[in-house]
Amino acid sequence: MYKILRKEKLNEQCVLIEIDAPYIARKAEPGQFVIIRSDELGERVPFTISDYDREKGSIVVIYQIIGASTMRLAELEEGDSILDVAGPLGAATEYVENAKRVAVVGGGVGCAIAYPQAKKLFNMGVQVDMIAGFRSKDIIILENEMRAACTELHICTDDGSCGFKGFVTDKLRELIEGGAQYDEVIAIGPVPMMKFVCAVTKPYGIKTLVSLNPIMLDGTGMCGCCRVKVGGKTKYACVEGPDFDGHEVDFDELMRRNSTYKEQEADHVCRLTGGVR
Amino acid sequence: MPNMDPCKTPIPEQEPAVRARNFDEVTLGYTREQAVQEAQRCLNCKNRPCMTGCPVGVRIPEFIAQAAQGNFEEAYKIITSTNSLPAVCGRVCPQERQCESKCVRGIKGEPVGIGRLERFCADYMRGKQTTSAVPKPNGHKVAVIGAGPAGLTAAGDLAKLGYDVTVYEAFHTAGGVLMYGIPEFRLPKAIVAEEIEGLKKLGVKIMTNMVIGRVLSVDELFGMDYEAVFIGSGAGLPRFMNIDGEDLVGVYSANEFLTRINLMKAYDDDHYTPIIRPKRVAVVGGGNVAMDSARSAMRLGAEKVYIIYRRSMDELPARKEEVHHAGEEGIEFMLLTNPTRILGDDKGRVTGIECVKMELGEPDASGRRSPVEVEGSEFTVDVDTVIMAIGTSPNPLLTMTTPGLEKSSRGTLIVDENECTTKEGVFAGGDAVTGSATVILAMGAGKKAAAAIDSYIKSKQ
Repeated sequence: MYKILRKEKLNEQCVLIEIDAPYIARKAEPGQFVIIRSDELGERVPFTISDYDREKGSIVVIYQIIGASTMRLAELEEGDSILDVAGPLGAATEYVENAKRVAVVGGGVGCAIAYPQAKKLFNMGVQVDMIAGFRSKDIIILENEMRAACTELHICTDDGSCGFKGFVTDKLRELIEGGAQYDEVIAIGPVPMMKFVCAVTKPYGIKTLVSLNPIMLDGTGMCGCCRVKVGGKTKYACVEGPDFDGHEVDFDELMRRNSTYKEQEADHVCRLTGGVR
Repeated sequence: MPNMDPCKTPIPEQEPAVRARNFDEVTLGYTREQAVQEAQRCLNCKNRPCMTGCPVGVRIPEFIAQAAQGNFEEAYKIITSTNSLPAVCGRVCPQERQCESKCVRGIKGEPVGIGRLERFCADYMRGKQTTSAVPKPNGHKVAVIGAGPAGLTAAGDLAKLGYDVTVYEAFHTAGGVLMYGIPEFRLPKAIVAEEIEGLKKLGVKIMTNMVIGRVLSVDELFGMDYEAVFIGSGAGLPRFMNIDGEDLVGVYSANEFLTRINLMKAYDDDHYTPIIRPKRVAVVGGGNVAMDSARSAMRLGAEKVYIIYRRSMDELPARKEEVHHAGEEGIEFMLLTNPTRILGDDKGRVTGIECVKMELGEPDASGRRSPVEVEGSEFTVDVDTVIMAIGTSPNPLLTMTTPGLEKSSRGTLIVDENECTTKEGVFAGGDAVTGSATVILAMGAGKKAAAAIDSYIKSKQ
């Protein structure tokens, strides 16, 4: 059992939990994830490790209450225990060597995963421009944390209620066209966002790393359900990823495969909420 | 006088039409009387040919002699002195290729139902306290990676010798393929759980959610005072055919399909793991995993389930009983057939599978006649789900993270005749060494490795 040491609601749908997991905390690196099974009936769900404290022996996971399994996870409060937490899984992020300036782009709850990347690079002495996109001001998460982990933070909102009005891709393009020389762009967020960030960087030949979120089951390299096509080859995101060169990823296929259980998921949510979401 | 009936005492089974729609166990097992009657068919041969066919060396005629007199507890003790998982082996061993293939009674008639008797003895003792003593600790620690058949057998044998054994399991449940792979209707999970409880009573510790290679390295295990490490990490990543359409929605690896069903209980609506409820299914492959996938698909409510296999019935590698049961349950065998591509609609969902007819040519390296495509014989089968059951390749995690641990060109771990790897103090067995094979071969390897680990540790003193 893995105790929830701290639980914070970051906005209506986003929850941060700090979990007591000393073995995982000792090894975790940015880019890696854990598989969580909240109770006996639960699914094995992957969550990227958002932060870790090696001394305290804890890890932080930030999730969006989006489906049946995250609803059930959200029922667990501070002091309660999660049944299973396995990790750290996946390969740690490998950064471009001797990078001087990197743009880290996060979308929505993806910022929770982009944030440790920015932090790690910033601590390595890299100039980090963090571009964080949200629908509107009221759902912004981790603003202070992100600000402390980068050289410059650009908040973007779709409706202009905070910071730059527009998508992260617009901001990124503006920065690049304004002369920013990026050695690498790291994009983490919804699949369409990652796809469009890659479309922006490709003409400039800027290496772009994306963190993929395919459907997973065991997460340890046994079932093959997280297979994605990268550079025309089948890769297993759980052992060979989840980070890949974004210019090589077949995002359309990933979106198709991620929709496999849409109807069943909706049905499970219905049963949990009595049809109310 | 032995029972000279040339046929095995029939074993009660669920009716095919009924069982094809539920996940309850197919074979119901002998009654006490039936078990005695079958045990009496054993001639108790002096040279014990059956034993030469058993990878874990069960003293078969001895346990059967006890069973023939109704002494099932005694019979059970004889079995468990060399086999830690008798209820499992009685159900899933390919006896027709092992012990029973050597049985003298098989020359004129059917061999003694050794598997059925082993199963009966184990089931008879379920829930009954046995009097076996907890072994005296010898003060040495061994780590086992993977709680599947190989790891559990090694752990059990080492614990019996007094070792302090910890098994590190990647999943949330111990059992490996016995839990995620082999379906409930062939091997009830409660039985596996009980056999594992038996090992815990011997002092074996099991730590779940521990993916060795990530959370701890093999070298770090040695730093934790383990004097030897046994790797039984299993088969690894599923193989695909590399044909068009394998990334469509509705294409599963057998590992994924079976794990959703067996480990995650996706067939039960109370569990949250989803699964496609298929109507028309093609399973590609001819092994036990293919049979399990096909029969599971039927139980999820499919109308048509095909096994597509490129050789003929004679080469089908699955256990005979499973092929027979699958046929009874309405699975259709498309033999001498090989898929060429998987077809999909504009939403990326499977709509069919294109196949080509095959014919058998010259024998290949394995001695089996290799299949050759019949030109121009392509045809299409309408299906909404395709399950690839064509084997696995080893997970590279441990070889990647363990300096000195070498692998073959196939990616499997290299071991000597004592299951010793290229790294000192590290032993390995099961699918991680052989590639996809059977539960009992993995158990045999675990057993051999346990003996080798014992002499290795003793030799260091």
